[in-house]
Amino acid sequence: MIHSLFLINASGDIFLEKHWKSVVSRSVCDYFFEAQERASEAENVPPVIPTPHHYLLSVYRHKIFFVAVIQSEVPPLFVIEFLHRVVDTFQDYFGSTNVGDQLPTGQLSVVPWRRTGVKYTNNEAYFDVIEEIDAIIDKSGSTITAEIQGVIDACVKLTGMPDLTLSFMNPRLLDDVSFHPCVRFKRWESERILSFIPPDGNFRLLSYHVSAQNLVAIPVYVKHNISFRDSSSLGRFEITVGPKQTMGKTVEGVMVTSQMPKGVLNMTLTPSQGTHIFDPVTKLLSWDVGKINPQKLPSLKGSMTLQAGTSKPDENPTINLQFKIQQLAISGLKVNRLDMYGEKYKPFKGIKYMTKAGKFQVRT
Amino acid sequence: MSGNGLSYGEQGGEAAPELAQEAATTTTPSAPAAFGLFSSDTKKNEDLKQMLESSKDSAKLDAMKRIVGMIAKGKNASELFPAVVKNVASKNIEIKKLVYVYLMRYAEEQQDLALLSISTFQRALKDPNQLIRASALRVLSSIRVPIIVPIMMLAIKEASSDLSPYVRKNAAHAIQKLYSLDPEQKEMLIEVIEKLLKDRSTLVAGSVVMAFEEVCPDRIDLIHKNYRKLCNLLVDVEEWGQVVIIHMLTRYARTQFVSPWKVGKDLEDHPNNFYESDEEQKEKDRKVKNIYTMDPDHRLLLRNTKPLLQSRNAAVVMAVAQLYWHLAPKSEASTVSKSLVRLLRSNREVQYIVLQNIATMSIQRKGMFEPYLKSFYVRSTDPTMIKTLKLEILTNLANEANISTLLREFQTYVKSQDKQFAAATIQAIGRCATNITEVTDTCLNGLVCLLSNRDEIVVAESVVVIKKLLQTQPAHHGEIIKHMAKLLDNITVPVARASILWLIGEYCERVPKIAPDVLRKTAKSFTTEDDLVKLQILNLGAKLYLTNSKQTKLLTQYVLNLGKYDQSYDIRDRTRFIRQLIVPNEKSGALSKYAKKIFLAQKPAPLLESPFKDRDHFQLGTLSHTLNSRATGYLELSNWPEVAPDPSVRNVDVAEPTKEWTGILGITKKEKPMEKFYSESEEEEDECTNTSSSKSESGSESEKEDKEESSSDESSGSSSSSEESSDSESDSKESTANKTSRAAAESVSEDNKKKAKGIFKKRSTSSSSDTEPTSSEESSPDSKSESDSKSDSESEKSGSATSSKKEEKLVQDRKASNRKDVFLLDLDDFCPVTTPVAVPIAAVLSPSSTADLEGLSLSNSSVIDVTTQISVPTETHELLHRMSGKGLAAHYHFSRQPSIFGDHMVSVQVTVTNTTDQKIENIHIKEKKLPPGMRVHEFNPIEYLEPAGSITVSMGIDFCDSTQMASFQLCTKDDHFNVNIQPPVGELLLPVTMSEKDFKKEQGMLTGMNETSATIAVAPQNSTRLVIIERVVKAANLGVVPSGQDNIHRFAAKTVHSGSLMLVTVELKEGSTAQLVINTEKTVIGSVLLRELKPVLSQG
Repeated sequence: MIHSLFLINASGDIFLEKHWKSVVSRSVCDYFFEAQERASEAENVPPVIPTPHHYLLSVYRHKIFFVAVIQSEVPPLFVIEFLHRVVDTFQDYFGSTNVGDQLPTGQLSVVPWRRTGVKYTNNEAYFDVIEEIDAIIDKSGSTITAEIQGVIDACVKLTGMPDLTLSFMNPRLLDDVSFHPCVRFKRWESERILSFIPPDGNFRLLSYHVSAQNLVAIPVYVKHNISFRDSSSLGRFEITVGPKQTMGKTVEGVMVTSQMPKGVLNMTLTPSQGTHIFDPVTKLLSWDVGKINPQKLPSLKGSMTLQAGTSKPDENPTINLQFKIQQLAISGLKVNRLDMYGEKYKPFKGIKYMTKAGKFQVRT
Repeated sequence: MSGNGLSYGEQGGEAAPELAQEAATTTTPSAPAAFGLFSSDTKKNEDLKQMLESSKDSAKLDAMKRIVGMIAKGKNASELFPAVVKNVASKNIEIKKLVYVYLMRYAEEQQDLALLSISTFQRALKDPNQLIRASALRVLSSIRVPIIVPIMMLAIKEASSDLSPYVRKNAAHAIQKLYSLDPEQKEMLIEVIEKLLKDRSTLVAGSVVMAFEEVCPDRIDLIHKNYRKLCNLLVDVEEWGQVVIIHMLTRYARTQFVSPWKVGKDLEDHPNNFYESDEEQKEKDRKVKNIYTMDPDHRLLLRNTKPLLQSRNAAVVMAVAQLYWHLAPKSEASTVSKSLVRLLRSNREVQYIVLQNIATMSIQRKGMFEPYLKSFYVRSTDPTMIKTLKLEILTNLANEANISTLLREFQTYVKSQDKQFAAATIQAIGRCATNITEVTDTCLNGLVCLLSNRDEIVVAESVVVIKKLLQTQPAHHGEIIKHMAKLLDNITVPVARASILWLIGEYCERVPKIAPDVLRKTAKSFTTEDDLVKLQILNLGAKLYLTNSKQTKLLTQYVLNLGKYDQSYDIRDRTRFIRQLIVPNEKSGALSKYAKKIFLAQKPAPLLESPFKDRDHFQLGTLSHTLNSRATGYLELSNWPEVAPDPSVRNVDVAEPTKEWTGILGITKKEKPMEKFYSESEEEEDECTNTSSSKSESGSESEKEDKEESSSDESSGSSSSSEESSDSESDSKESTANKTSRAAAESVSEDNKKKAKGIFKKRSTSSSSDTEPTSSEESSPDSKSESDSKSDSESEKSGSATSSKKEEKLVQDRKASNRKDVFLLDLDDFCPVTTPVAVPIAAVLSPSSTADLEGLSLSNSSVIDVTTQISVPTETHELLHRMSGKGLAAHYHFSRQPSIFGDHMVSVQVTVTNTTDQKIENIHIKEKKLPPGMRVHEFNPIEYLEPAGSITVSMGIDFCDSTQMASFQLCTKDDHFNVNIQPPVGELLLPVTMSEKDFKKEQGMLTGMNETSATIAVAPQNSTRLVIIERVVKAANLGVVPSGQDNIHRFAAKTVHSGSLMLVTVELKEGSTAQLVINTEKTVIGSVLLRELKPVLSQG
């Protein structure tokens, strides 16, 4: 399977290598660098690159390329998925503030995902139901496609070998799910109950997908008026953000970004609230709106200076939206109850809901 | 990973301050500073050596950390070898691990020195700690020193029979390493693989299959006997192992089963609702007498992989998807679509691979992904490679119905700032235009509009596509070509210019005025044009010369002269060629007469097709598929065999005839209680922790899964068949019943699986005892550690002591468990050897029954064969009317699934509905008034039921094989209602599968008192086989027994409580009558059943 692994940073240095079989020379990465050059941007580097004697499979995360060297046929997703797990592990290990002096010890537990002999003085289990809305909204404000991608992330710090069950008020909403291996699939199939012995600490219990075929509530709208005129070197720019189907909750953490066409030299804008930046080099406009107050809708108005002498851009820019709504799962998913078996103590339990914008785009 | 520099720096700060400083100075913020720690250099090697000599472990550990850091940075640390290797025997496990890491890297370079460490590993291989044994094996096999091959071989062999499955797993890993070091060892390694394939631990399965794939992927014969086991273990194998096993089983299945596709061709049109169409398909086949029945093993694989679509691991999901693509009936392939679409939310790399595979799939079977069209819409933030793949899929999915939506979407893409993508979109529009004739004009017009686009790339691409379209659409030419001729003045992209010139040349007779003018203009610019354009100018000249030589003769000659002295030999060459062909002179032969025909021949229109067309000759999900070229080590997926090879090779050897037949029986008998012990203990466990079995071992879930699948298959199957029948039941009723039955199917039996497991264990133990006769004492701890990983650690500590103790207990248990034992077996497959109730023991030893056994074990993998039609009754019975229940209504129906609550229970699905406008709280069962012996397993109390809410719960009732009522109270928080359930006799049965031969034999033993019969009139429309089977199976939960005679139909079941056989024969006679015979020990039920079956067939 994976023969060797190279880690390459943003400036193209191979700063770490690991070989599982015989040593493969670093020079194999030259093929990778070639491909990188051909691709204009890092994210366009093909994940699979054939070379005369090897195949290079790579993932790109945290501005680092993780390049695996393969010698023969293998399901590419096997390697890619594995590399992502490696990165996750690195992130876990290096990301936390107290990197243990001890190297991680191998453990053989009855439950492979949970170490034995876990002890806490405060026993607590927190679950975050987080939903992201992916949507494309067209010029006129109608939804072209919208789907919800949800996850339940858990932070479980419980002593011993607790056995948890988590049930939902409306499990039918969970159309397409994938589980952490700890979840008893059978139980889910028959009773729509999540039954599991949790791993210790943070983990993703479940992810689910509410597909484009279902109706998805869109919590915000964007009113826009962006126009370039052929004759003039000035363009008009005006956007307003407002709440739509928010179930009475506040929309916060709103952030508007938009990639302006190359021809835009500068923008003179006034926001009714928040701060905005236009980067004349990357042509990226970002407006940190903050909270939406339904009584006084935030807006950003002004003009654009266009490069003189060139024709007006073909396409109006796409607006990307970010927002957060606390205490709401937009799909309507609700946890019914959480029970613990197998241990005597009473744990502290908490459930949090949040809705966020995923890939939320408004075409103008 | 931001902030890691800091954190790691802190840690390093304690250990080696100078290093932390270095880290801070040498690394840039963007590079992960953590690795600065590793940047020591050769000058420091001296102090490293000293540190390694130190007596303090902490110093050694620090040194080793730095050395491993050097290795990771790609620095040469080989000169430290002697100093490091000394520490291999260190007592400190941390140091040891790091020394191992070092050895793995440098042993190949310093073979002699490496040999010094070997004895340490040999010792460690015998260490009582399984972790140490495993890691010693891991390192030993990673040391690439040819001299130690024999030692490695020995170590692998020993480890392969280690008590710890973890060590055996590592043995499997070591096989691949040894094989890559010395392929000569192949034969011996295959032996080890063969042995490990028999291993029942989920830990080992994935690793040994990996070794199999690497060392001997062609030895499919090694898989046969392990096939079912692998299928059943699959769900519990770790995710990476799952991927490998699924890929291997895909290849295996393609060599062993016949194609499920041939017959299903006419059904491809409705890929949704695959359950139904599958059943319909089966119906049809039966009618056509072209019977395709899927091999139960084939079905087993499909069934057991399906739950893995829910895996969080993209590779597993993809593996299942490709398995379904390559193995499932076409109508079932769409099962995987939803999960694949889910993966699109994953990382860019995962998206890339998944989209590629979807692209290939969507060409052949549009229907699979049509419902998910919008999931492939492109976002401006997608990387270009993702965008183009999505576009590819959208184009593949385009049809008359969605094309207008798609074209609107494409319009947005054309305007994209990502011009490469915009160009690809234009290509896509072109493809849609050729594929869907309705929109050809629209597309062409749209493309012509794009010709006035400001972006040259867009215009150029449009020209190229229009050129292709015009070729397929010779009607339009004139105007568009004129328009394009005008463009020639402005456009500079060579491909586009060349395309325009080609078009004008090709259709020069339709634009007779413009064409010569174009030639004039381009002749002027000839020298500055791109080669591509020059060739087309020559081409245009030649064509005009042939059609309009008056106006263009001179121009063409001028161009030809320019071409003659061109720098490119290609152009010089072409010029010479054209001149000879078109300008007649004495040298030119007969060819020039045909010049016009040659140049202006009708040219076939180019095919605009997907680059993913035909890519599926590579197995999906493979590297080769991604690259669209054969990767090293790619294993071809074989074509389906015309005739399936003998399926009995997959039977596990319980019934394998051997010389020492009685002897083996003896062993089996002796061991039986032992296995029984385990499965029983599990049963107990399951019973006591039923609702939330904290101990529930993962090892059993696979079987559960497959039962479940099969049952849902069946229930839906039956619904479709009853739809087809002339039954007068109303549709709505049927569908609700169906719903509930499906719900029932979801909560299927655990005990079923227990039995299957019990059987499975019995088989495998006896098979192992078959090949390597071990004492039962030896094999007992072994199987223990596998059946239940919990006991691993125990077995570690107290190996044989506990096991022998258990042995004693087993013997005691044996008698008690005897009766259950019987039950355990005959549900699973009807197996006379182990059913003393049904068959006198004497028969066991007779040669004829041993022969029977072989035949019987064919169906041993599935308790209830999927192919048998099992009908779930569509009717529900009222338990409590809403009027008498003060708004609480309850219905029950029989799900016909083995009950999860106990062996002897009939499972009953109760649907409780709240028709009031208030919450009803705490619905539960109380005050059971039961006849002696009868037991009820209540459903878990329902906490509350919302107004208009309805919930289905399952309960189990042991009716003791009688039709007496079970009475109890259905209580709510405030009220209680007396209700009762009376089972129809047909529901007191569980279907069994058996061969005709066995049926007859059993029937022969149940004559006289045990036989009841009646002659009945059969309505003429009821006399076909299908109708009879359907009606009988609907009336009673019977299994269909294949019958060799057209006029005799046989059904078999056993009673739920006692497990007595119930054999039903329907023999059609002359003159619309039939003889109905029932053979059973349970004569009372038999006669009741007879009474109930009579009207079933006689009524029209």
